[in-house]
Amino acid sequence: MAHTFPTSETTMGAALNRALRDALAADPDVLVYGEDVGPLGGVFRVTDGLTADFGEERCFDSPLAESGIVGTAIGMAAYGLRPVVEMQFDAFSYPAFEQVTSHLAKMRNRTRGAVTLPVVIRVPYGGGIGGVEHHSDSSEAYYTHTPGLRVVTPGTPADAYSMLREAIDCDDPVLFLEPKRRYWARETVELPVRTEPMQRSVVRRSGSDATLIVYGPMVATALEAAEAAAGEGRDLEVVDLRQLAPFDDATVTASVRRTGRAVVVHEASVFGGYGAEVAARVTEQCFHHLEAPVLRVGGWDVPYPPPKLEEHHLPGVDRILTAVDRLQWESEWVEGR
Amino acid sequence: MRLVDRHGVRREHSSFTVPDPAMLAELHRAMVIGRRFNQQAGTLARQGRLAVYPSSTGQEAAQVGGVLALGERDWLFPSYRDSVAMLTHGVDPVETLTLFRGDWHCGYDPHRYRCAPQCTPLATNASHAVGLTYAARHKGHDVAALVLMGDGATSEGDTHEAYNFAAVWNTPVVFLVQNNHWAISVPLHRQSVAPTLAHKAVGYGMRGYHVDGNDAAAVHSVVAHALTEAREGGGPAIVEALTYRVDPHTNADAPQRYRDDGEVEYWVERDPLIRMETLLRNEQIVDDGLLEVYERDAERIATVVRDRMAGEDRLDPASLFTDVYAEVPPVLERQRNELAEELREV
Repeated sequence: MAHTFPTSETTMGAALNRALRDALAADPDVLVYGEDVGPLGGVFRVTDGLTADFGEERCFDSPLAESGIVGTAIGMAAYGLRPVVEMQFDAFSYPAFEQVTSHLAKMRNRTRGAVTLPVVIRVPYGGGIGGVEHHSDSSEAYYTHTPGLRVVTPGTPADAYSMLREAIDCDDPVLFLEPKRRYWARETVELPVRTEPMQRSVVRRSGSDATLIVYGPMVATALEAAEAAAGEGRDLEVVDLRQLAPFDDATVTASVRRTGRAVVVHEASVFGGYGAEVAARVTEQCFHHLEAPVLRVGGWDVPYPPPKLEEHHLPGVDRILTAVDRLQWESEWVEGR
Repeated sequence: MRLVDRHGVRREHSSFTVPDPAMLAELHRAMVIGRRFNQQAGTLARQGRLAVYPSSTGQEAAQVGGVLALGERDWLFPSYRDSVAMLTHGVDPVETLTLFRGDWHCGYDPHRYRCAPQCTPLATNASHAVGLTYAARHKGHDVAALVLMGDGATSEGDTHEAYNFAAVWNTPVVFLVQNNHWAISVPLHRQSVAPTLAHKAVGYGMRGYHVDGNDAAAVHSVVAHALTEAREGGGPAIVEALTYRVDPHTNADAPQRYRDDGEVEYWVERDPLIRMETLLRNEQIVDDGLLEVYERDAERIATVVRDRMAGEDRLDPASLFTDVYAEVPPVLERQRNELAEELREV
């Protein structure tokens, strides 16, 4: 049975389920497979009821082998299907890394556009759910460093629906990162819904003092931080990047030019992380508008910790606000701005 | 399994028969063309017109025998040492060499020839064949696939996954393992201690065939049989073709560091072309005139390759940005302009 909720409130998990349903109904070339996505409905129940409602031909369990899952999806897409496959957890996607980087992402380029691969790889990612070892990685930087791949991640249930539909319709391969700790986040929204195109970043909260640049699981955390900051008299803007690669920096640079200060926040370790790219780009393009260096907030540069320690690893409201405090506010006072 | 011995004499086999005379002649013609093509490509590599060339001299029977068993709608999944197979499958000879010339990665439209790009990270194309044939069946099409891999590739994890997916999904794929005894410099006994590579089929619930890879008749007969069974729902199969890489790995290799000339001599004496030519002559399937025609066909293709590669094709640097995504994203648009600026300054 599919998740059902009263009125028009939906969780991100249910929104993703609905997106898969609607895509399967809309296009006979769409099929869904992976580990445990059949009768069980996936370990997070995102594919709940799809096999029952669309048949084993359209949603089925595959052997437990991630490289094989992505490799076969490449072959299927080359023959005109639009497979949507699931990597059960972030760190379980690594056996498929070669297929993703050497074939999926490059095939259009290798064949000068003759072979296109409309494959969607869904990856529940990130921590915060008390998962044991290898269940909580934020793997986005591995993938965003791969030209040819679109890497997207929704931060809200409405976006989860809209972006997954868009990803399935997209002719580029899409790595669809699902912030697993937000599967149960609720939003009042009528499905089906279409939000902004996925390649566009959006302003989730307008503010004038500084910009928090976030995506996926950190969208909600940043909004919470912005609320707390408002209580202290600081008006923070929150930009949700949504599509991490290719990176369209127009929205974020426009925001930083207005606010003059920015903090990039992600769960992943800071060193060599996606935030470094964003910080560099914002600095290059907004230098004369910046009142302070762009700061990065993330997890420590350590392997993802065990469940009982993860709260000390993951960036929360306090770590974000501490960074905001370090944005050289004293210069305003000195210069009398 | 052998149908024609190294002296060109037929051998009886309980399950398989020698292909008909027309096919034997076709197998030989394709091998003659393939051998000449390997020579020509090797020459181009020595002249610096190809960046690199991995020759398959000595393996012509395995490649030609497998490919000529394919039906009109079937797909070929080659690796980098399979130029002769691709040529036999109908891929344009110059487009076959685009990768080695360095003009682009895949030089042809895979859909046009039903031929996947040459696979360089070994065995990673095997699961593509499983997916493609799965999709074809899903759409109600009768399409089988032949995956070419070497002995070294059988050690890869992707080989295992592809074998297993093919078997579980019962897709019509034949995995033709050209066991040429060497993975660059590493001998077979350092890859596997299985009795044969064909034995591996047992563990996947597949059929496995062990065949003399220098006997084009045997390879053709076995692959054709395996493809027919697979099409009819009998499941995928592994065909191990025992052959030998007579030439170095590529023009950049140094085989004297790892193998004896004597070993090469042993296999040269078992040359697949001599064996087939002897059979064809003894059984009067072809005469001198027809053999000369084959030689001329081969020479013509070599000339075409030479001539078409004589000059340098003009490559457009801006094309770097066109086929990365379906549409050129703003970030690449900017970089394309930056490169154009660099070119103006030169």
